[in-house]
Amino acid sequence: MASPSYDDVPIGAEIELRQYSVTRSDLVRYAGASGDFNVIHWNERLAKSLGLPDVIAHGMVTMALVGRFVTEWVGDPGAVFELSVRFSSPVVVPDDDKGALVEISGVVSGKLDDRKVSVDITARSDGAKVLTRAQAVVRLAAGPAQGGEPESPLEPP
Amino acid sequence: MAINLDYIGRTFEPSEPYEVSRVKIREFADAIGEPSPLCRDREAARAAGYPDVIAPPTFAIVISAVSREKVTHDPGLGVNNDMIVHGDLRFSHARPVHAGDVVVAQTTIESIRQVRNMTTLTTVSELRTVDGEHVCTTRSTLVERGA
Repeated sequence: MASPSYDDVPIGAEIELRQYSVTRSDLVRYAGASGDFNVIHWNERLAKSLGLPDVIAHGMVTMALVGRFVTEWVGDPGAVFELSVRFSSPVVVPDDDKGALVEISGVVSGKLDDRKVSVDITARSDGAKVLTRAQAVVRLAAGPAQGGEPESPLEPP
Repeated sequence: MAINLDYIGRTFEPSEPYEVSRVKIREFADAIGEPSPLCRDREAARAAGYPDVIAPPTFAIVISAVSREKVTHDPGLGVNNDMIVHGDLRFSHARPVHAGDVVVAQTTIESIRQVRNMTTLTTVSELRTVDGEHVCTTRSTLVERGA
C-alpha cells in the first residue's frame, strides 16, 4: 500500500474502516508479551465474580489495535508520535473461535507542523464505542512521491 | 480507605534499566498483529533510517507500567488496586523505542481528584535512555471506584 503524503492528505480525509478480531488466544498472547496477567483478561470465572459479563480484552489490546490501524495507514510504526484514548466501554471476548470484532476508522482532523497530521479515531465493538477521545498524531511522507528514494533493499527469499 | 493527597506532585525513584531486545519487540508485534517489517527486520529498519528494529508505539507501556504499578502499590498512597480501572492513556513519543535501547522509567503523580466516591489518579511516566535521552512520556489516568 502506498504511504499517504502530507501534501496530498486534506483535512477531513477518511481512513478506511478496518476490522480486527480479538480471541481469547490473542489475550493470552498479549498477557505473555506485555506482562499484564490481570485475571479479568483470561479467567471467565473470576471475571464474572468481579461483576463483568465475561472475559474482557486488555484496554491496551484495544489501544494497540488503534496503533496498528494508524501504522498500517502510514506504513511506519515509528511515525506515530502521539496516541491517546479514553477507555469508555470494555471489549467483551467470548470463548469461541471468532472472539470479539473491533472496528476502527479514522479521519484526518488537523494538519500540523513538521509534516504531522492529527487523526481522530473511532473504535467500536458489538455496537458500542469502546474508546472516546481517541486521537493519533503521525508524521507523513514529504510531498508527492518522487520515485528517487530507494525502496527497502530486501528481496523476498 | 482514603487516598493520601500528600502524594500529589511526588516523583518516585527511577525503575531498573530495561534492556529492549529484538526478540521482545518481535514478540510484542506478533501479539498485537502489527505486520510491519520494521519491527522484525534490522536491515529494513536501517533502510528506513532507524538504528535497529523499532517497537510499535504502545510497547512503551511494558516499560512504564512497571514503574506506575510500583506507585499505585505504594502502601502510603492508599489505593485499592482491586477497584482500579483505566481511564485515559496517552503516549507522547520523541522517537520510537528501538532494540538496543536501555530505558529507565520515572513516574510522578500529577494529580489526584475525588468526586463523590470515585478517585482519579493521574500519573506521568518519563522514559529515558540511561544516557538521559527522552524517548517517550506516558500519561495515565486510573479510576478507583469506591466500595
